[in-house]
Amino acid sequence: MSAATSPRNENRFHLRRLLLVWLVLSVIATPIVFFVWGPHMPPGDMSDNAKNQQFANTLLSTVATPVVLFVWVYLGYALLFFRRKDASDEEDGPPIKGHMGFQIGWVGLTTVVVLSLFVYGTYGLIVPNGVGTGSGASPIWTPAGYSGLPQYNKLFQVQVIGQQWRWTFRYPAYQGVETTQLVIPEGVQIQFNTTSLDVIHSFWAYELGVKADAVPGANNIAFAVANRTGNFDIRCAELCGPLHGAMSSVGRVVIEDPDPTLMAALLASAARTR
Amino acid sequence: MSRAQKTIGVLIPLALLLALVVWTFLFLIRYPPTVEAATTPGASGDVNVTMQTVGSIGTGNHPTWVSYLIKRSDGVWVHTTVLQVPAHTTVHVTIYQYDSGSALRNPVMNQVLGAPDAELDGQPYSLWTDTIGHTFTVPELGISVPLPGIASTASNPCSVAPCGPSYDHHTVTFSFKTGGAGTYTWQCFVPCGLGYLAGFGGPMSTFGYMNGVLKVVA
Repeated sequence: MSAATSPRNENRFHLRRLLLVWLVLSVIATPIVFFVWGPHMPPGDMSDNAKNQQFANTLLSTVATPVVLFVWVYLGYALLFFRRKDASDEEDGPPIKGHMGFQIGWVGLTTVVVLSLFVYGTYGLIVPNGVGTGSGASPIWTPAGYSGLPQYNKLFQVQVIGQQWRWTFRYPAYQGVETTQLVIPEGVQIQFNTTSLDVIHSFWAYELGVKADAVPGANNIAFAVANRTGNFDIRCAELCGPLHGAMSSVGRVVIEDPDPTLMAALLASAARTR
Repeated sequence: MSRAQKTIGVLIPLALLLALVVWTFLFLIRYPPTVEAATTPGASGDVNVTMQTVGSIGTGNHPTWVSYLIKRSDGVWVHTTVLQVPAHTTVHVTIYQYDSGSALRNPVMNQVLGAPDAELDGQPYSLWTDTIGHTFTVPELGISVPLPGIASTASNPCSVAPCGPSYDHHTVTFSFKTGGAGTYTWQCFVPCGLGYLAGFGGPMSTFGYMNGVLKVVA
């Protein structure tokens, strides 16, 4: 057998061709995922939290793209070139022996990818201010203007009250008016104080990227700043009983107005009509 | 063991298994009957819905549970919470409230929302600050009407459904206009499931008692 057609050389030939195909596809697909698909990924960019979550989804998808492509390309290549040609051949393939370089590369690469995502994910949970997740009654990462003492807190307060099976929203700064439609101003740091009157619910303002468990007797704080006006969906994200699926609502982001009477009027209108 | 014994030994468990599957299927698809809204006399196209709430239904698997009933167009009270109304139509609702009241867990539920013409015993009302028996609330349509409870000192309370007008009761009327076709859940928001956790178990969590669906059909 000549060196040119030895199994070792044949394997190298397959590996080179396979890697070439994978590399070309990855170079094409990865930027498409990041630049074309990324801006359309959920939950959108309606708030600072949503933007962060969208970027996290984009980043994870971008990192995963070459991995997924490698699996698919290898599968397709194996189906094309490594399939059994002789129907009577039922012998096992040759055993695969360890390859130090390959093993170090495999373990090293996956370790770097996973640890990098771990660091990024941890950072992403902290900045900005918990990324819309419920951070308990005494959040650690808080925006400017926050204070645990109500008299010093300068944020726009909304108390989110869950009960089987609807949400209501209370505004302490507007004489405690309570509505069944969430109305918040654009460009203002909001502090959601989430609680429940009965069982555990989860306040999920999808486009705002806010999700906070509503627990009876507890205050779960989440922060958000809406970047633009419009409507957003509110759902319960914790199975809470037979009508859990119907526990939804539509919130509104309205133009910030220096005159607080406008906001008060909007809230009064929401209280009357919804 | 004979061949016949073996056959019977296989067939009987199979039949039992089949029966269990059928029973489970029938149990899961069990659905209260639908009551259609009655057409209002005249050419307005409006429809009428008449309901009552009772402190205990008196029959069925849970005779002590509180419940809604809906009146059919032939005058028969039906134990159901599935109501069908036409789309783009004004629905006039009359609810006879025979149950007593309790405190609300969420005070926002004491307001009349989405039904500006609501009347209690013939008088307009938009808020009820005393004890409330139940609410008729369709969250997706923004409708919520509190139903005041009868006085705890009522001399002639009704104990078993369906209740007649001779018993102590309140009459609540209101109307709303339906939009396009769709199915909307409605429910009571007073924690009236006595004996259950937070008052929201039992009849509050069981379809056909204190929650149901409003079918809006084209």
